[in-house]
Amino acid sequence: MSTEKILSSDGLPLEVSLKKAERKNKMKAMMLVAPLFLFILITYLMPIGDMLFRSVDDRMITKMLPNTFTSLEKWNGKNLPEEQVYAALYEDLSYLKKTKTYGKIIARLNYEKGGFSSLIKKTVRKLGKFEEGNYKSQFIETHKRWGDINYFIALRNVAPNWSYVKYLKGVDLKLDQDGNIIQQPEDRRIYKTLWLRTLKVAFWVTVFCFILAYPISHLLATLPMKYSNLLMICVLLPFWTSLLVRTSSWMVLLQQQGPINDFIVMLGLAANDNRPELMYNVIGTFVAMTQILLPFMVLPLYSVMKTISPSLMRAGKSLGGTPFVAFRKIYFPLTVPGIGAGSLLVFILAIGYYITPALVGGASGSLISNTIAYHMKSSLDWAFASALGAMLLAGVLVIYWLYNKLVGIDNIKLG
Amino acid sequence: MALPTYTSWNYRIWHYTYLTICGLVFFFLIAPLFVILPLSFNAEQYIHFSAGMIALDPDAFSLRWYEDMIWGTKNPWGLAAKNSIIIAFFATIGATILGTVAALGLSSRHMPYKAAFMAVLISPMIVPLIISGTAIFFFMAKVGLAATFTGIILAHIILGTPFVVITVTATLTGFDHSVTRAATSLGSNPVNTFMKITLPLILPGVISGALFAFVTSFDEVVVVMFLAGLENTTIPIQMWVGLREQLSPTIMAVATCLIIMSTLILVTAELLRRRSERLRGINR
Repeated sequence: MSTEKILSSDGLPLEVSLKKAERKNKMKAMMLVAPLFLFILITYLMPIGDMLFRSVDDRMITKMLPNTFTSLEKWNGKNLPEEQVYAALYEDLSYLKKTKTYGKIIARLNYEKGGFSSLIKKTVRKLGKFEEGNYKSQFIETHKRWGDINYFIALRNVAPNWSYVKYLKGVDLKLDQDGNIIQQPEDRRIYKTLWLRTLKVAFWVTVFCFILAYPISHLLATLPMKYSNLLMICVLLPFWTSLLVRTSSWMVLLQQQGPINDFIVMLGLAANDNRPELMYNVIGTFVAMTQILLPFMVLPLYSVMKTISPSLMRAGKSLGGTPFVAFRKIYFPLTVPGIGAGSLLVFILAIGYYITPALVGGASGSLISNTIAYHMKSSLDWAFASALGAMLLAGVLVIYWLYNKLVGIDNIKLG
Repeated sequence: MALPTYTSWNYRIWHYTYLTICGLVFFFLIAPLFVILPLSFNAEQYIHFSAGMIALDPDAFSLRWYEDMIWGTKNPWGLAAKNSIIIAFFATIGATILGTVAALGLSSRHMPYKAAFMAVLISPMIVPLIISGTAIFFFMAKVGLAATFTGIILAHIILGTPFVVITVTATLTGFDHSVTRAATSLGSNPVNTFMKITLPLILPGVISGALFAFVTSFDEVVVVMFLAGLENTTIPIQMWVGLREQLSPTIMAVATCLIIMSTLILVTAELLRRRSERLRGINR
C-alpha cells in the first residue's frame, strides 16, 4: 500500500492545507464576534467585576490609619496596647485633622462599634493640646473609652484590606468583637425576610404564569391559523408594550377607587367605605407581575406545543385511553421542555424585578432589587448594594446555567 | 372549534369550560391595556370612570390631557420625547451593527466555543437590570460618561445587542450557505457578498432585532435612572417620576400614545416574521 501523501495544488500535503484553511475560517468567525465581545467585556463584564470588587473592598480605612494598624499588629489583644500604638494613633489622627478627612473614618468605625463617632470627634478636637511623649495617658485623659480594650479590638477588626461583612449583613449576620459570625439582633433582621419574599413572589408568579399560560398556549397551538393569529395579538401586544404603561394600567385598576374595587363593592364582598387595599402591598406586586410576565411563559410553551402532532392524542384515545389519560401520558410529557424553558425564563425575570414592585408594591411588596436601588441612590452604601447585587447575580447565574443545560441558550426564541 | 357529533356530554362540558378559562386568561392579558384609553379622554382630573363616561355623555370626554401633554407649560414630555428618540435611534444603530456582525460569526460552523460566547453575549438580557444599572453606572462614572447622552447610548447598546444576536442567529439557522459560496466562486469579495446576498436574505431578522433593540431602549428606565442628569431625561423616566407622585390623566395620554406605538411595532414585527419564514421556506 502506498503511503504517499496527497498533495494539494500548492504542493503542501492536503492535511496541512486543510488545517490552514480551517484555521483561517476560525479566525474569520472570531474576528466577527470580537467587536461585540470586546465591547461587552469592557463596558459590561468588567464593570460587573468591579462591582464584586467593591463589595469586599475595605482598603479606605487601612490607608487612612496606616501607622496605627502597623503597630497594632504586634499587640497581644489581652491588655491595653503599649505606648507606641497610642503614639501611632496620634500621628495618624493629626494628619487626618490637618487634611480634614477624619469624617470618612468615623462612619466606618462607628459601623464596627457604636461610640466611635463621639470618641474620634472629641479626640480630634483636643489634639492640638497634646504634648509630646506619654500619649497613652493623654489619650485616656481626653476620653475614657481609649482605656477600654474593646475599642482597640474593634480597631484591629477593621484593619484587613478585604472584608466580607457586607455579605454577612445581607443575610442578617455580623461579626462580633472576637471575629465570630453571629446573628443580627432580632429587630435588625430584615434581609432574610426580603430574600424569602423575593423567592416566594418569583416562585408563585412562575406557578401562576404556568397555570394561566398552559390552556391558552394549547388553544393557540391547536386553533386554525386565522383564529390563532388573531388571539396571538392578545399575547404579543402586552409583550411589545412599555413596562411602565402596563404597570400604570395596574395602578389604575388596583387603586382604592378603581374598577376592580368598584366591582368588589358591587358584588357586595366589601362595604363601600371599607374597600380592600389591593395596591401598595404584596398582592399588587404579585397580580401585576403575573400579567406582565405571562407572555414570556406563553411563547415558549406555544412554540413547543406547535410541534406536537394532533394525531398522537388521537392515537392515544383510539388505543383506549380516556382524554385525560391521553393528555397525562402523551401530551403533557411532550410539553415539558416548553414548561422548563418558560418557567426558568419567568423566574429569572421575576427575581430581579424592580419597576413594578417599586410602583405597586409599597413597603411590604418590595423585592431585593428595590433594596439594592435604595442603597445605591439613597443610603449611598455602595459596597452593601454591590454585595446584595452579587448575591442576586449568583442566584440568577445558577438558573441561567440550568437554563443553558436544559434548553440551550441558542434556543431562546423571541416573538 | 366544532366538536364532532359523537362527543360525550362530559367532554362537551369540559370543552366549553376550557374555552371559558382561555377567554378569561386572554381577557386578563389584554384588558388592563384598554383601561387606559378611555381614561386619557377624561374631562375630569381624576383617574376613574365618572358617571358621565359610563353613560357615554360627550361632555365627559375631552382632549385636554393631550393638549396638556403637547403644549402644557413646564411639561417635560417634549424634551423627554426628543431625548428618547435620539437615544433609541443611535442605540438601535449601534446594537444592530454589532449584534448582526457577531451573529454572523456565531452562526459560522467554524466558530469555536460557540455556546460559551453566546452565553456571554446574551448575558445583558438575563442579568437583572438593577445589577446592570449599578455596574454600568460605576463604569460610566469612572470614564466620565455619567449624565451624558454618549453614556446612555452605550448602555442601551449593551442592553439591546442580545436581542439582535438572538433574532439574527435564528434567521441564519435556516440559511443556505451555498449561495454565498456561489457568489465567492463568481468572484465577489466578502463585503460585496454580504451586502448583495446575505443581508437581503437575513434582513427580516435584522430588522426585527433592531425593533427589539429600539423598544428596549425606548422603554428602559432602570439604567437611565442611574445615568441620566436633568437635561437627558427620557419618556420612561418622566413616566416613572410621574407615577411615583400621582396618577395623572396626562400620563394616561402619554401611555395611550405609547400603546399606539407598540401596536404599530407589533404589526411590523409580525409582518417581518412571516416574510422571514417565507424567505427561508418554512411553511406553517
